[in-house]
Amino acid sequence: MENSALKLLGAGVAMIGSLGAGLGLGLIFSAWISAIARNPAAEGKFRQVGFIGFAVTELVLLMCFVVAVLIMFVAK
Amino acid sequence: MASLLEEFEIHSLSKPLFTLGGHDITFTNSALFMFLAIASATALMVFAMRPRAIVPGRWQMVAESFYNMIHDMLLGTAGEDAKPFFPFIFSIFIFIFFCNLFGMLPHSLAVTSHILINLTIALVLFLVILVTGFARHGLHFLHLFVPPGAPLFMAPFLAVLEVFSFLVRPFSLSIRLFANMLAGHILLGVFAGMSVSLVAAGWLTGSFSILPLAVNIAITGFEFFVAFLQAYIYTVLASVYLRDALEMH
Repeated sequence: MENSALKLLGAGVAMIGSLGAGLGLGLIFSAWISAIARNPAAEGKFRQVGFIGFAVTELVLLMCFVVAVLIMFVAK
Repeated sequence: MASLLEEFEIHSLSKPLFTLGGHDITFTNSALFMFLAIASATALMVFAMRPRAIVPGRWQMVAESFYNMIHDMLLGTAGEDAKPFFPFIFSIFIFIFFCNLFGMLPHSLAVTSHILINLTIALVLFLVILVTGFARHGLHFLHLFVPPGAPLFMAPFLAVLEVFSFLVRPFSLSIRLFANMLAGHILLGVFAGMSVSLVAAGWLTGSFSILPLAVNIAITGFEFFVAFLQAYIYTVLASVYLRDALEMH
């Protein structure tokens, strides 16, 4: 195969890791929603924890994205 | 391929001002947008708060709601002791938020899409955290790296892990912001390019170019939300890390 084709394949494979981040984000938001549904009065307290969980999980996705960008645009 | 990354290029706008250690120091577009962000943030805060009305007007409401949001977040996360750090945390939030917003203008540069800027802010933050921690707790601050209640024989392994996770924090903090801005702007570019090439392929496919265009408009709105959210998350995590230095565990 050509080198550039392998590069594109590699960038695509690097993004497979976003599967886990997607699942994790879904779990966080589902837990967040059910927490608010059970105790709507405490919604303000959940916001902080929810955003921190979102940010930490999203980092996995962003690492995959950075690797894919590095493969596509930077790697020779 | 490289045209997607074209908007992130830094180029100088002036002649070299002076040389420092063999490098030419010039006024770049990155510096221009940083100055613009600082100038507009200062203008918002100064002019909006000029009336100092008890019943705030529209602009004063904007300034006060930013202030209150970060104030409540910081005191809720890091405790009352964190009050002296409020100007620092608030400056970080406002600077990142305005840089993100200026990045949304066409033909502009999102300053925060460069990891160097974010890492510099994060390293200053960690310098502040370390100095505060050692000034407040002395060498007792090192207990931060040994979680309480852990069995003694596990302590060396846990200490290595905790030190590593502490050292990684500034990088994860800056990578999160930089990758978010980069991903958002590349996404906008991809969908814009899609509708352009659909139009170029003929009138039949060109009529479908309304779909990527609609998606692009939606993503533009989403990017404004992300610009706020990432600035907020940066400051939330900054104050969570600050709590370590103030309260320890």
